[in-house]
Amino acid sequence: MTSTVAGRTTAATANGVGSSPARPDGTRKVRGEFAYSSDLWHEDMLWGATLRSPHPHARITGVDVSAAVAVPGVHAVLTHGDVPGLNRYGLEHPDQPVLADDVVRYRGEPVAVVAADHPETAQRAMKLIEVTYDELEPVTDAEDAVHGDVAELHPGGNVVRHAPIRRGEQTPQADVVVTGRYEVGMQDQAFLGPESGLAVPDGHGGVDLYVATQWLHVDQQQIVAALGLTPEQVRLTLAGVGGAFGGREDLSMQIHASLLALYTGKPVKMVYNREESFYGHVHRHPATMYYEHGATRDGRLVHVTARIYLDGGAYASSTGAVVGNAATLGVGPYDVPNVSIDCWGTYTNNPPCGAMRGFGAVQAAFGYESQMDKLADACGLSPTEIRRRNAMSEGTVMPTGQTVDSAAPVAELLDRLEGMPLPQPGSTADLRTLPGGVSNTTHGEGVVRGVGYAVGIKNICFSEGFDDYSTARVRLAAVGGQPAVTVQTAAAEVGQGLVTILQQIIRTELGVEQVTILPMDTSIGSAGSTSASRQSYMTGGAVRAAALKVRGALLSHAATRLSRTTAELHLDGGKLASVADGVLADLVDVLGEAEFDETVEWRHRPTEALDPETGRGNAHVQYGFAAHRAVVDVDTELGLVKVVSLDCVQDVGKALNPQAVVGQIQGGSAQGLGLAVMEEIQTEGGVIRNPSFTDYLIPTVLDMPPMNIDVLELADPHAPYGLRGVGEPPTISSTPAIVAAIRAATGKELLRVPVRPDHIV
Amino acid sequence: MQGSDAVELVRPDTLEEALAAKAERPGAVPLAGGTDVMVELNYDHRRPEALVDLTRIAELATWSASGGHVRLGAGVPYTRLIDELGDTLPGLAMASRTVGSPQIRNRGTVGGNLGAASPAGDTHPVLLAAGAEIEVASVRGARRIPADTFYTGVKRNALAPDELITAVHVPSAAVPAEQFSKVGTRNAMVIAVCSFALVLRDGHVGAAIGSAAPTPRRVPDAEAFLAAELPWGTDAPLPDSLKRRFGELVAAATEPIDDVRGTAEYRTHALGVLARRTLTWAWDDHRGSVRACA
Ligand SMILES: Cc1cc2nc3c(=O)[nH]c(=O)nc-3n(C[C@H](O)[C@H](O)[C@H](O)COP(=O)(O)OP(=O)(O)OC[C@H]3O[C@@H](n4cnc5c(N)ncnc54)[C@H](O)[C@@H]3O)c2cc1C
Repeated sequence: MTSTVAGRTTAATANGVGSSPARPDGTRKVRGEFAYSSDLWHEDMLWGATLRSPHPHARITGVDVSAAVAVPGVHAVLTHGDVPGLNRYGLEHPDQPVLADDVVRYRGEPVAVVAADHPETAQRAMKLIEVTYDELEPVTDAEDAVHGDVAELHPGGNVVRHAPIRRGEQTPQADVVVTGRYEVGMQDQAFLGPESGLAVPDGHGGVDLYVATQWLHVDQQQIVAALGLTPEQVRLTLAGVGGAFGGREDLSMQIHASLLALYTGKPVKMVYNREESFYGHVHRHPATMYYEHGATRDGRLVHVTARIYLDGGAYASSTGAVVGNAATLGVGPYDVPNVSIDCWGTYTNNPPCGAMRGFGAVQAAFGYESQMDKLADACGLSPTEIRRRNAMSEGTVMPTGQTVDSAAPVAELLDRLEGMPLPQPGSTADLRTLPGGVSNTTHGEGVVRGVGYAVGIKNICFSEGFDDYSTARVRLAAVGGQPAVTVQTAAAEVGQGLVTILQQIIRTELGVEQVTILPMDTSIGSAGSTSASRQSYMTGGAVRAAALKVRGALLSHAATRLSRTTAELHLDGGKLASVADGVLADLVDVLGEAEFDETVEWRHRPTEALDPETGRGNAHVQYGFAAHRAVVDVDTELGLVKVVSLDCVQDVGKALNPQAVVGQIQGGSAQGLGLAVMEEIQTEGGVIRNPSFTDYLIPTVLDMPPMNIDVLELADPHAPYGLRGVGEPPTISSTPAIVAAIRAATGKELLRVPVRPDHIV
Repeated sequence: MQGSDAVELVRPDTLEEALAAKAERPGAVPLAGGTDVMVELNYDHRRPEALVDLTRIAELATWSASGGHVRLGAGVPYTRLIDELGDTLPGLAMASRTVGSPQIRNRGTVGGNLGAASPAGDTHPVLLAAGAEIEVASVRGARRIPADTFYTGVKRNALAPDELITAVHVPSAAVPAEQFSKVGTRNAMVIAVCSFALVLRDGHVGAAIGSAAPTPRRVPDAEAFLAAELPWGTDAPLPDSLKRRFGELVAAATEPIDDVRGTAEYRTHALGVLARRTLTWAWDDHRGSVRACA
């Protein structure tokens, strides 16, 4: 992978963009020394606990906290009446109570919070709160919620958003038509660090909150509204984040801890345990999808018609945006002349669903890729050939009317995948290579191999006209005889390695090795969310822009001092140089006592809202593509699956940090594997049946095969360094590729993920 | 926190002290590797008055072999069982390899598996099929409980409140015709959807199922059928009809439920498959030994 960005003024410094320097937090994390939000501690702090609804739908008829308040060591027991501001919050619509008032809409909804001087005391007191409920019939089916005669869970009905997409002929005829109904189960982000944080009252009515989150400023907005305070009074600092994947975009304990801290005048820490965590964050929307694909006899798509139902659960969260993605990306990375898609996001009494890696694109991809395989069969084509014949490319017009105006190498991804070597036939000598592993379920009996392909498409950055920006401050000065840069942003490092990338960008732009990333907090403007694969693009873009301003100011400072023109100067590995005369001076000497300090608010090019009737509009900033080939061994008698290989080709525009890129592809692919064969929050009547890692299974090292990964760098001219967001695309195609491989091995239809053993036998 | 809620930790150095502690406070919960107990405490599913830490008692963490039997101390962790007794107790070692993750196998013990008596515990089918006996002790004395009568209900066992498990006595395999097989929806670190153990020994057949009935249990009809029909002492291959019939008899003995891990129907089906396959493998071992003797 070679750098696509050069230029006379770009500083050549080791460990810059395109290299893979060690993460600043890497060693501490590996050694177990990194402080996560659950490790926060304060002298005299209290511990918070949350009482949650045992019912998925009920009217609260009474709350008696007297026994809880009477427990020695308890400092506060608060209910909805104690919320000083608006008792509602939410990412898109403030529809979720901070503490339930009249009605609870999901099992696990917070009803009261307790602060006590010991976590045990808080738990015990919490159990003494007496809440009486009138149970109501829960609405648990998303299609019923839209079309059926069921209770309205929110004013205005149960549809959070309906997004239609209309393109071309609406009643088209095609030679070959295939249809299918597909289901995606509820996946969980399964981050390892549970929701946690520490709220410290400032003694003047305000609060400092240290918390693991994905977007400090959107948290702040919602907290401020609920507490009736000003943004100046509620200051947030990012605490160590133990994974996110979308699950920390919504609030969990933020308002509760702040409320308790302000009420008691003491620092309050809250940490969910694993079970509570399953109730404490949103999940991936389960989907039911009806697809019809029509094609000519030679396999060219004529039309795609789809109805997609996404179950948003009790509160809106980011359902609206998830619906937008599933609708606009609903036909996949293909050129389709006639499209009719309807996508609904609904309220039900199931657990709330919102952001998770892949965000609407994951669900749709299981539908459209399953259909492409069906169509291949019907047309007598191979799975890769049908995809190549319909592959979009740069210049293709999306169903929304938007022209794809940078690389869209769908056919090339497939060609490269097919060119990769296939794994050797399985050996029966090592049980670990067989389905079931050391559980000793087969020595080769019943095992059949299958191969499957899939491609996915994802929008990068925030879409549909959202004013998406990031703020960065870059400061350059000499410190202890060395040039040193500090970078400040509010962008959440959630484990993806943004802190490394920001250092690399500074090294490339300013030629300074020593770069300190300041703690992320709300003392600077918003960086937007760490989601939508956007932080390298957005905060990377903002830091680069601020660095360029610093460089400009520095060069004119130097030009004056050295009586040269700025145009002839550049920075090179801590030196100032000119094209003609080479090195002129050490940067540190040029700097002297001077300090260069620039803050920039940086935006990507604007997008448009979708037309509410036709779904037309230039809604997306950038598209990302990845493709997978899965090879599986299936024990056809027991229904157990071993993924033997899971190879991936992805275009990343520019690999700012190649090692981090490969890490994202491996992790995203593993998460897709989880959805394919094991990960599901099972609900019954709105109640989660498996809120634990004993029964919510995520892939282990024996489930995830080694991967061949091929990274393309086809620069997007609109993006900083030409980069394309990396984090989400590999999660999207991994699932359908694996299911396609299982179908190839078993001949089963497999219309639902995760595929379970009893679907196969 | 209030003192009355604190869990007292008793740390005896000898078995005598432990038994005395247990006699004095029958409500005290023994703690071996803690891989079950600590999870229950963390989730507040259990709040005992006291814990009796057994990890300091050296004799619980030893094993010895004599007279065709192994006496395996209740506190020997799985990792040691696998490393030190892999050849002598192949069935139990197979089951041990499937327990949890390396960390869990470093801490977890057979004694703890028996104490918890989960229908899904991995060692139970092997102990049943091998005809093991559980050695238990109290200040009143020691006794041995056949594995057959040890499991009395879901997560219940035959221990009296003042008793501790001290060891298991397992007939060792002169001929290693022992198999254990477990179905899970992940390729490692998974609780059994269902499991099966088979031990063939000199005309004797032991077969048992896990996670397919309220307790782990033997499957007597299937055992009797095989004992009668197997061409013992020969190295003849088994006819498919015999394997199939065995599978059917095992499946017929299940009493499974639907739960988050799998359906009852699937469990019954899968046990039929496991029975046929393990029979093939165990009989291959038996044939190998017959050939070796010839
Ligand atoms: C992540 C994880 C994965 C797991 N995977 C599996 C698995 O795959 N298969 C499986 O079978 N189990 C599994 N378990 C459960 C557990 O590891 C096993 O049951 C293990 O055998 C328990 O042994 P221990 O020594 O840790 O028992 P402990 O937790 O110390 O005790 C378990 C029970 O036995 C009692 N007890 C312990 N020793 C004695 C004694 N000497 N006398 C009387 N009572 C006693 C205790 O009081 C307690 O009730 C898993 C647990 C975890 C946390």
